[in-house]
Amino acid sequence: MAEFRLPKNSRISKGKKFEAPKGAKNVKTFRIYRWEPESGENPRVDSFAIDLDKCGPMVLDAVIKIKNEIDPTLTFRRSCREGICGSCAFNIDGKNTLACTTRITDIDGDVRIYPLPHMPVVKDLVPDLTHFYAQLESIEPWIKTDTPAPTRERLQTPEDRAKLDGLYECILCACCSTSCPSYWWNPERYLGPAVLLQAYRWIVDSRDEATGDRLDDLEDPFKLYRCHTIMNCTNTCPKGLNPAKAIQETKKLLLERRG
Amino acid sequence: MSQQANRPLSPHIQIYRWQIAMATSIAHRASGILLSVGSVFLAVWLIAAASGPDAFASVNGFAASWFGQLVMFGWSFALFYHLCNGIRHLVWDVGVGLDLETARLTGYAAFGVAAALTLFVWIWAFIA
Repeated sequence: MAEFRLPKNSRISKGKKFEAPKGAKNVKTFRIYRWEPESGENPRVDSFAIDLDKCGPMVLDAVIKIKNEIDPTLTFRRSCREGICGSCAFNIDGKNTLACTTRITDIDGDVRIYPLPHMPVVKDLVPDLTHFYAQLESIEPWIKTDTPAPTRERLQTPEDRAKLDGLYECILCACCSTSCPSYWWNPERYLGPAVLLQAYRWIVDSRDEATGDRLDDLEDPFKLYRCHTIMNCTNTCPKGLNPAKAIQETKKLLLERRG
Repeated sequence: MSQQANRPLSPHIQIYRWQIAMATSIAHRASGILLSVGSVFLAVWLIAAASGPDAFASVNGFAASWFGQLVMFGWSFALFYHLCNGIRHLVWDVGVGLDLETARLTGYAAFGVAAALTLFVWIWAFIA
């Protein structure tokens, strides 16, 4: 059910303020969501003013700089710093995206950084993705076959291979699923755009032989049909993919199958 | 694991930046609800018409008042918006127009065409 207000323990209280170093000319303020599990306190938003002349160009550079130079307790995930691992997915300036591929100068005013929306927070910018991964596992995202394994690769025509373009590039950063209001209101039963895009990736794979079973599994009022084409997923995908389209194609296949 | 229960929920609708796609979606739902409420009034109006001239005069009097007309103006916009965006959804259902740029343009178009149709109907109603 849609619950618009945050629970009592999740409402944001006033945070700390860190001024820019003296003599800094190119100052930008980063307002970052903080929550400390041991403190017993509510989350807060701290503001850090930093000198952009002494900082790399991306939002991730600034966040790392804050951790290195101002507050070492600031907690977040990051790894590849080039948009392929999907670790540093945050809500930046009101939109979910990767901190490592977002330019600081593309954001007007203060840079507001929150964890991915409507998720349980482990600490600061780290959301608990356990349920998201469990949902991914539930669609069995691997090739399934009945025919005996050939002595060489399972071949695919260039046309069939082309059907996977725009699907296989997903890095599972969860930006899309956590941008989706339907997923916010029904995270337990609706699979969400990221997982549905993965499901479609296996449904259209010409080498997979479980297409019927996969479609059967999705024919459910909640798993698939909670998608109301709000399109936040496609709007937010840092890889430029289109989960809304993949979901629509899945709905079409279910309809065509009914004859 | 005891900690998990205490974990806060990260902010969502409070912080998410509004976009045209999101706005067309919520407006579609809101206009649908308004239309349902409005259809009750339409039924009342018809029942009043069937019950006799006195009942009809009182209900129709309300509808023709400035307040009634304001409500109907809003209702007619909801009707046209729901129609236009409904057509947009129908086109999406065949898998067309789901790329970002087209969806953005058709979103503005749904609002624009609905506004134009509403104005046209009201101008026409006052002239005719």
